[in-house]
Order: sequence, then structure tokens, then C-alpha cells
Amino acid sequence: MSVLIFLDQADGQIKKSAYELLSYGSSIAKQKGIAAEAVVLGNVSTDLAALGKYGVQKVYIVDGAGFQHVDAQVYAAAVSDVATQVGASIVVFSHNQTGKAVAPRVAARLKAGYVSGACALPDFSNGFVVKKTVFSGKAFANVQIHTPIVVIALNPNSYQIQEADGVAIVAPLSIAVAPASIQVTKVNKVSGEIPLAEADIVVSGGRGLKGPENWGIIEDLASSLHAATACSRPVADAHWRPHHEHVGQTGFQIAPNLYIAIGISGAIQHLAGVNRSKVIVVINKDPEAPFFKAADYGIVGDAFEIVPQLTAAIKKLG
Amino acid sequence: MKILVCISKTPDTTSKIAFKNGNTQFEDAGVQWIINPYDEWYALIRAIELKEKNPTATIHLISVGGADVDPILRKAFALGGDEGYRVDTDNSDSYYIASQIAAIATQNQYDLIFTGKETIDYNGSSIGGTLAELLNLPFISLATKFELEGQTATVTREIDGGEEVATVQLPLVVSCAKGVAEQRIPNMRGIMAARTKPLKVVAPVAVEALTSVVNYELRPTKTGVKMVAADNVAELVRLLHEEAKVI
Ligand SMILES: Cc1cc2nc3c(=O)[nH]c(=O)nc-3n(C[C@H](O)[C@H](O)[C@H](O)COP(=O)(O)OP(=O)(O)OC[C@H]3O[C@@H](n4cnc5c(N)ncnc54)[C@H](O)[C@@H]3O)c2cc1C
Ligand SMILES: Nc1ncnc2c1ncn2[C@@H]1O[C@H](COP(=O)(O)O)[C@@H](O)[C@H]1O
Repeated sequence: MSVLIFLDQADGQIKKSAYELLSYGSSIAKQKGIAAEAVVLGNVSTDLAALGKYGVQKVYIVDGAGFQHVDAQVYAAAVSDVATQVGASIVVFSHNQTGKAVAPRVAARLKAGYVSGACALPDFSNGFVVKKTVFSGKAFANVQIHTPIVVIALNPNSYQIQEADGVAIVAPLSIAVAPASIQVTKVNKVSGEIPLAEADIVVSGGRGLKGPENWGIIEDLASSLHAATACSRPVADAHWRPHHEHVGQTGFQIAPNLYIAIGISGAIQHLAGVNRSKVIVVINKDPEAPFFKAADYGIVGDAFEIVPQLTAAIKKLG
Repeated sequence: MKILVCISKTPDTTSKIAFKNGNTQFEDAGVQWIINPYDEWYALIRAIELKEKNPTATIHLISVGGADVDPILRKAFALGGDEGYRVDTDNSDSYYIASQIAAIATQNQYDLIFTGKETIDYNGSSIGGTLAELLNLPFISLATKFELEGQTATVTREIDGGEEVATVQLPLVVSCAKGVAEQRIPNMRGIMAARTKPLKVVAPVAVEALTSVVNYELRPTKTGVKMVAADNVAELVRLLHEEAKVI
């Protein structure tokens, strides 16, 4: 019996979301009094022994060239083989792009009850109950899992990273890897930008900015905060900004520490994608904009005046 | 070519979210049900476009749910689609739902199965992957473009911080996100034709639900916004730094 933590990697590095997941998985292991172990597919240059700091005792590496791109079928077969081999009873993933492709397949292979979008540690006081976000962040469901093996996918940015002392044992595992059926022919990474899903701070613009030529003030503010940029749906639909920046019910759902909404009215479908943010700042010239009701801090004023001042004040902070 | 599109019903995006029976059930009084936007705007419309290019293709729709799903399936028929299945059972467990869809898929041997990226009520993002595993098929999640040339699909999909283009042979399961197609409005001919399209109601196959919802909680609302004067932007920075500790 152990908790098996799936460590997602990109370009040979463990992703930021994986550190959060290590803390989450290790905490579950502690709750249950069982071992916390992790698995990495393919080669990484991250110091895996040092991951012991986040509470794992062992990190398994499955070597192989087949893991360069995510083929859900190949990944799921490998992770479930590892889970079976090491006797894992709880397998945890991040509910990010890789997790969404792989975790449900692993659950089906292991015939494990699956809860995705988890946002807190399980509650063991009455069986195995996991809290997850539902209704696009407007509510939570407590979901009971009835199977001996469980798979959980944790919402990114919903669990505090915890560091302590510790060194993990790094153990290679040999697993027969099936050939991929998906051939990746091209990868377009948005270079130099911070991926929305992993950003701690997001600066977002709406129709109030009037046109794409005005996005400089948004980008300057974002760069002063090392933040990612986002936008409302009409902005993406009008091609003022790329589609991958569209947040909301029908776009990306994000949960940064700080979300700054500029010239966005705060329609219910927009809020559905951002209401998991810890702190929300709204800048809007209309004091009646609905977004103020969902905000922690607000300024009523013209974005074209306020935002450059804000950027300057942040730069002063150093 | 045979295409299956998985359709789920969700409350209209402006619905008030509330719960009943000791917070164990969604309060559906007065709620307008719609086709889950990802299923309608992207999955179904792309299937229809593929059929427009290849008229010998057939499109089946499937929904796992009670009789209140029928109007939703009729709406989907009005957009397109030839035949529909409703598996007459209500459950939120992804393994249970996927197993029902898998049973029909095994009978009919589809070349292509489309799902939406996620339901906007349960937010599982799990049916497509579960179904692909049950059918032992390749799975492309979060597709933003889908092209077909013979038996080879070229798909663009979201990855962290960008996108990836991949080719894969049919049969396969694809979960559709924004970009795969553009929203359409059904026309009068479609609405008339929808009435007579065959909708088969079938009994569920016996499988266990591996999870169940104990209860729901509403997200606590914000306690009140702190307003900062427009001529005092430095104060906002101070609050974010010292009080909220987020910068
Ligand atoms: C099924 C469905 C799904 C949807 N999904 C999404 C989604 O995922 N994401 C999403 O964002 N929307 C979504 N929408 C659309 C949503 O309902 C709103 O129409 C949209 O969010 C409005 O975008 P906006 O706030 O940028 O524009 P507007 O509503 O036009 O608001 C612009 C705001 O800018 C302010 N403003 C104007 N000038 C200035 C200035 N100089 N300085 C400061 N403020 C200024 C105005 O006061 C106003 O509040 C969806 C709608 C439907 C029906
Ligand atoms: N009850 C259902 N019946 C048919 N298809 C469904 C059902 N629930 C979900 N789906 C499909 O699976 C997709 C993902 O749903 P989910 O995994 O629940 O977020 C949806 O967009 C639908 O295409």
C-alpha cells in the first residue's frame, strides 16, 4: 500500500505543478500512514533525490524514448503497470493537460474510482471522500470513492507546497512500453510567456480596452509582476488576443494567487473561469460593473490612466 | 464512416446554482437545460462538417441520462445527426457513464468518437479518456483543430504553454475544446427533421458506479470588496503587498 505521485515533466524538467502534487500526495500518505512514492516517465535532468524534501521516500524512473510526447494510451499503460508493480492504492495526478489525458485511462485500467478537480485532502472520517470543484468553480462536491484503488487529479494551484528535510531513493523500473499510436509532428510553445495554467499572477483584459493596439499596458503590467496574460471571450473571438488566453466557463479555468481584471464587466460565464483565484482585483470605469461584487480590491477609473500608474508603482516596489 | 458524438445536458450558464434535500441534489426547479457547450459547439458541429464533406458518413448521438435529456437530444438532432441513443439511467460516475457509451460503441464499431472537453456542471474531463481505455483506442484530449484525410486524423491539441500537432489513425476518441468548430444556429429544416429522427431508448448495462456524490457545498461568497481611490494607486500596491501578500 502506498501513494503513487505522477510527476509531469516538460523539456526534461519536472513541472511546477508536480511540486504541489508531491506535497499533496505525501500529505495523504501521512494521513493514511503509508509510503509516499513518485514516478517519472522518461529522462529528466531534475535532481530527483532532492524531491525527498517534499515528503516522498522513493522516486521511480521508467526509462524509454516513448515518453517524449504524451500518448495517453502509452502513458496510462506505463503508470498503471508501475502502480500494480509497487502496490500503490492511491494514484495522484495534476488536473492539467497531461492529467486530463492520462488519469482517467489509468483509473479505468485499474478499475479505480476516479475524482478529478480535487481541491483538498481526502476526508477519511467516513470512507474515502474527496472534495472537488463543480459548476465551474461555483460549488464543491464531496465525492465518495468505493473502490480499493483510487485515482485523484488535483486542481493546479490548490494545495500549499511544503518543504522539509529529506532525500528520496531513486529507483529505475523496467516496464515494457507499448509503441505510440500518436505521431507528434509539431510543437508550438508560446515562448517567453508564462503558461496560464502555472501562473501565480494573471493580468487579464476585456472589451473595455477597445482594441488589440492597446494591449501594451496589459503586457507591461504583466511583465512587472512576472504574470501571465489572459482575456475575456469577446476579446479572443474578435482575434484581439490568441484563443489560448480566453478564460471563463468556455475557456481556461484558472486559480492563480492574484487575478487582475481590467475592463472586464464580470459576466457570470467569465467569473466561472476565474472565481477560484485567491485574490481578485478589478479595475473598471463603471462603479456598477458586476465584477466588483466578486472582487477583493477594486478601483473605479479609466484603465488607460490607472494601469500605467499601477505598473510604475509595482516597479518601485522592486 | 461512422461517427459517435457524446451529448450531455447541463444547466444554462446563467442558472443560479443551489442545492436541495440536505445539499445532496442540484436544485433544478426553474433551470433551463442546454446541451453542454463543448458537446454542441465543437464536437457535434465538427462531426456535421465532416459529414458535409463526406455524405456517406453517419452520425450517431448518445446521451446517458433520464427522460429529461430527450429535448436536448432533439435540439442536437436539429443541428444534425442521424440517429440517437439514450441510455436510460442517471449517474455521475465517469466509469459508469463511459461503460454505457462503450457498450453501444462496441455494438456499432464507430470510426470516430467525439466528446466535449468537459461538462460545465460536473467538470470531470474524464469520460473521453475512460471511454478510450474501455475500448482500447487512442485518445486525443483537448483538441483545438481536427482534420481528416482518409483514415488519418491530424489533430491540434492543448499542451501546457502551447499546442501540439499530431497525426493518428482511426478509430479513435477525441475530446473537443474551443477551436475545433464554430457555433451554429439550427435552421427550420433541421428543426422539422429533428422530430422524426430515430431516438432509441436503451436499458443500461450492469456495471458498478465506482464513486458517488455525498453532498454539495456552495463556494463561500467574497465578504466585500475594498475600494481604492483612483488617484491613490500606490495604496492598492501597498494592500496587495502587505495585506494580501500576493505581490
Ligand atoms: C454560453 C456562454 C459562455 C460564455 N463563456 C465565456 C467565457 O468563457 N469567458 C468570458 O469572458 N465570457 C464568456 N461569455 C460571454 C460573457 O457573457 C460576456 O459577454 C463577456 O464576458 C463580456 O466580456 P467583457 O467583460 O470583456 O466585455 P463587456 O461586457 O463589454 O465589458 C467591458 C467592460 O469594460 C469596462 N470599460 C470600458 N471602458 C473602460 C475603460 N476605459 N477603463 C476601464 N474599464 C472600462 C466597461 O465598464 C465594462 O464593464 C459566455 C457567454 C455565453 C452565453
Ligand atoms: N451522461 C453523459 N452522456 C453522454 N455523454 C456524456 C455524459 N456525460 C459526459 N459526457 C461526454 O463526456 C464529455 C466530458 O464529460 P466529463 O468527463 O463529465 O467532464 C462531455 O463533454 C460529453 O461529451
